[in-house]
Amino acid sequence: MFAYLAKRVIQAIAVMFVISLIAFAIQGNLGDRLRELVGQSVSEEVRQQLRDELGLNDSFVTQYLRFAGNALQGDLGTSYFFKEPALDVILKKLPATLELVFGATLIIIGFSVPLGVYTAIKPDSIISRIIMGLSIIGISIPVFLTAILMIFVFSVEYGWFPSYGRGDTVQVWGYWQTNFATADGWMHIILPSFALASIMLPLFVRLIRAEMMEVLQSEYVKYAKAKGINPWRIYFVHALKNTLLPVITVGGVQIGTMVAYTILTETVFQWPGMGFMFLEAVNRVDTPLIVAYLIVVGFIFVVTNTIVDLIYGLVNPTVNIARMGA
Amino acid sequence: MSLLSVRDLTVKFAMRDQTVTALNGISFDLAKGERLGIVGESGAGKSITGFSLMNLLSRPGYIDSGQIEFEGEDVVKMSDKRLRNLRGNRMAMIFQDPMVTLNPVLTIGQQMVETLLAHRKLSREEARQIAIVKLREVYIPSPEERLEQYPHELSGGMRQRIIIAIALLLDPQLIIADEPTTALDVTIQADIMELMLELCQSNQVGLILITHDLGVVSQMTERTLVMYAGRIIEAGRTREIINDPQHPYTQGLINALPQQTVPGQRLKQIPGNMPGLASIPQGCAFNPRCKYATDLCRSRVPDIVQYGEVAVACHEVQRLHSDEDLKEIRA
Amino acid sequence: MSTEMLSPKSDPSRWAKAWNSNMGYSFRRNPVAVVSMIIFLLIAGAAFLAPVIAPYDPYDPAQMDIMNSEYPPAWVSGSLPEFVLGTDDQGRDLWSTILYGTRLSLLIGICAVALQAFLGISIGLLAGYVGGRLDSLLMRLADIQLSFSTLMVAIIFLAVTQAMFGSDTFNRYAVVFLIAVIGVAEWPQYARTVRATVLAEKKKEYVDSARVLGFGPMRIMVRHILPNSLSPIFVISTVQVANAIISEASLSFLGLGMPPSQPSLGSLISSGFDYIFSGSWWITAIPGVVLVVLVLVINLLGDWMRDVLNPKLYKG
Repeated sequence: MFAYLAKRVIQAIAVMFVISLIAFAIQGNLGDRLRELVGQSVSEEVRQQLRDELGLNDSFVTQYLRFAGNALQGDLGTSYFFKEPALDVILKKLPATLELVFGATLIIIGFSVPLGVYTAIKPDSIISRIIMGLSIIGISIPVFLTAILMIFVFSVEYGWFPSYGRGDTVQVWGYWQTNFATADGWMHIILPSFALASIMLPLFVRLIRAEMMEVLQSEYVKYAKAKGINPWRIYFVHALKNTLLPVITVGGVQIGTMVAYTILTETVFQWPGMGFMFLEAVNRVDTPLIVAYLIVVGFIFVVTNTIVDLIYGLVNPTVNIARMGA
Repeated sequence: MSLLSVRDLTVKFAMRDQTVTALNGISFDLAKGERLGIVGESGAGKSITGFSLMNLLSRPGYIDSGQIEFEGEDVVKMSDKRLRNLRGNRMAMIFQDPMVTLNPVLTIGQQMVETLLAHRKLSREEARQIAIVKLREVYIPSPEERLEQYPHELSGGMRQRIIIAIALLLDPQLIIADEPTTALDVTIQADIMELMLELCQSNQVGLILITHDLGVVSQMTERTLVMYAGRIIEAGRTREIINDPQHPYTQGLINALPQQTVPGQRLKQIPGNMPGLASIPQGCAFNPRCKYATDLCRSRVPDIVQYGEVAVACHEVQRLHSDEDLKEIRA
Repeated sequence: MSTEMLSPKSDPSRWAKAWNSNMGYSFRRNPVAVVSMIIFLLIAGAAFLAPVIAPYDPYDPAQMDIMNSEYPPAWVSGSLPEFVLGTDDQGRDLWSTILYGTRLSLLIGICAVALQAFLGISIGLLAGYVGGRLDSLLMRLADIQLSFSTLMVAIIFLAVTQAMFGSDTFNRYAVVFLIAVIGVAEWPQYARTVRATVLAEKKKEYVDSARVLGFGPMRIMVRHILPNSLSPIFVISTVQVANAIISEASLSFLGLGMPPSQPSLGSLISSGFDYIFSGSWWITAIPGVVLVVLVLVINLLGDWMRDVLNPKLYKG
């Protein structure tokens, strides 16, 4: 167990190292720190002196180590635009994004499992055919288009839901403001959550269906039938657990895609999360914020993927965690 | 009264473009506690027969016609609920490959207890105790520990013993074993067969043993059916069939046994292959491979008729008996 | 038959024959596949012939008149007869712009997938054939690459590139950047599948006999192993083209792809989005419908192909 954990953590650290190198390279080459600090009306002499003071003339390695050291202490630079520590800016935006991802994840899990299982058990029923037909349309509509369509139908035409922003939020703890405490907050988060879930949900329905159908053909399911086990127990105990193992792996990979989709969803709904913030930072060439976003998002990827791997190892008895570490 | 009585069982497979007949008018009986072997090459319909007896065919296969009377009740006409009560309880099945039969994500204990709970009103602890007793019966060391283990932690032989224990859990009247040892190491095969024989005899359980191994059949069973391309072509007491086969196909099978061959000589194989279900030749399905085939064999399917001690489906069986060639082969 | 048996290439050619007949047969019997194929060919044909069909050249500023902006399509009141699908916010004929935009979307999608396939197949063949440490290293890289979504990598790469080079330079080379980033990010899909086939085929006798006959590894891989990976490669490619078109549209929608002066479907939708509240729905809706229909028919064809070829795809 320990060896497996250690191996996963080492891989995670290696990936973070590469990300930090990329981030460092971007920081060094994108924008001009001096100009942001003192403007253009400074003599070349003063410039050089400032460069020395800031350590910009140090060797690459020294500069990188300083960058990494600061990053480890939570110092990712100061945003040019907000004039605040970049990490603080991101952490303020993080809860909005996480709540959106949370809402979408609930929708995906809540719908994909029953729909996937149903279409696998009754592949020829009319309802299954309709679900499968809708799912292929679903994966063919880009997230941003679904978001636009939802705004057009539910906000512009019918006016049932608000079209932008988070609405009333309630302070929970630290930077965390939640949407889930007020009716207005709920109204605001429903459309973006569904939009964010819109392409992943049909993907998971199709995946669960395909895996489940394969499992239902397996010898151990036939054997369970031969033992006279109740069909519901066969579907939900014998088959579903084996179905979900590969689904967990794919789910881990999809977390990355989900973060990317938050950028699209937040842009359409002007959701004040870190995806929306990132695009603004890009337009303003706010280098520290871009770099900080890269590191935070990379960190989220690495942590979630490691957790998903660990969960997979714990759920799947045939993965011998002790042996995999060797 | 017989335990099991199969009459004119016909099984078909609905493929995309055509429907093929996998079993064609199979009839046989099994007395209580009797052990019956079903032999034939792969594709002859042995396993399909086994699955049909439990009405467990999955799409695209289905029972087209016929009756399977088990303890006086027709399995073909049973409701789903009755079928569930039958399966694993009154009639149990042992599958071919123990490596893929047990569910990989459930412990041995879960898979044994659920079987008991599906058929009896027991507490979990009572079910666990029965499982431990049955594991002891199949000579599994420290059964309490095994219950907590997952299938992948056990060897193939161990898993097949557990599957036998599961088959015996509810004291069934009949066990259907579909090639129970082909997936195992040769060294373990004999142990497993011996164990099955011992348990069937001591518990008075009927056994239908599906295999391609005539040697195993001769050790394990009292009666034998020989199948070819979805039909029974010879049936009778195992001893008679092994010692005095009537159908040219059965003769060929026995002649092909290594024991029948002088060391250094080539094994006497039957020329050709069994036809696929979609391309069964007209007349007797064996005729293209049979050196006695006549025009009658190529045009009409022979009925199965009693001939001496056994029942045999061959037009030429009488001629065969007086034939010089045959005596030579049997010598 | 006999000549075929004798010819050394009998294996792939017989395979191709069986493939053709099987594919053809199931295609004719599947109305969804037929309709999808017809629609795809119509869209692709119209896009390819855009310079011939389109009544206006959307890239020519001389043919644009800002006074003509936001005219609705012909069936809505207030339209102009010369603009069948209306005009966009810059006064361009929407029909012409969509034709050119679809051409760009398809071009980027197909080129990106060709790049993915080239990289992935090469790496997959190499990893599978050489094996050992190189194999495990490449596959670990593939795992890591996959865990970062393409879209995320593309967004960051394009955002940084745009900020670094400035909009003008970026816009000029946007097509190249898009193809490169979508093409590079998705190689693991192909690499894993091809590697799995190589591992399966490597064990087979004909590979040994080819080696004994003195054929070099390149020749064995390209002539003997690759044909056996074709059906999964086909299935993956179809789905990947659909995904690449969606990715391109998403990037352009975010302003990280094709510029409004040279719009793909995604950038058209994006420019129309600002006008959706003022009632000019068609600038977003019509290219949106074209995009969805295009991706949908490709996905339907991919589904059908997967059912027919039923290849062993790498999962997870």
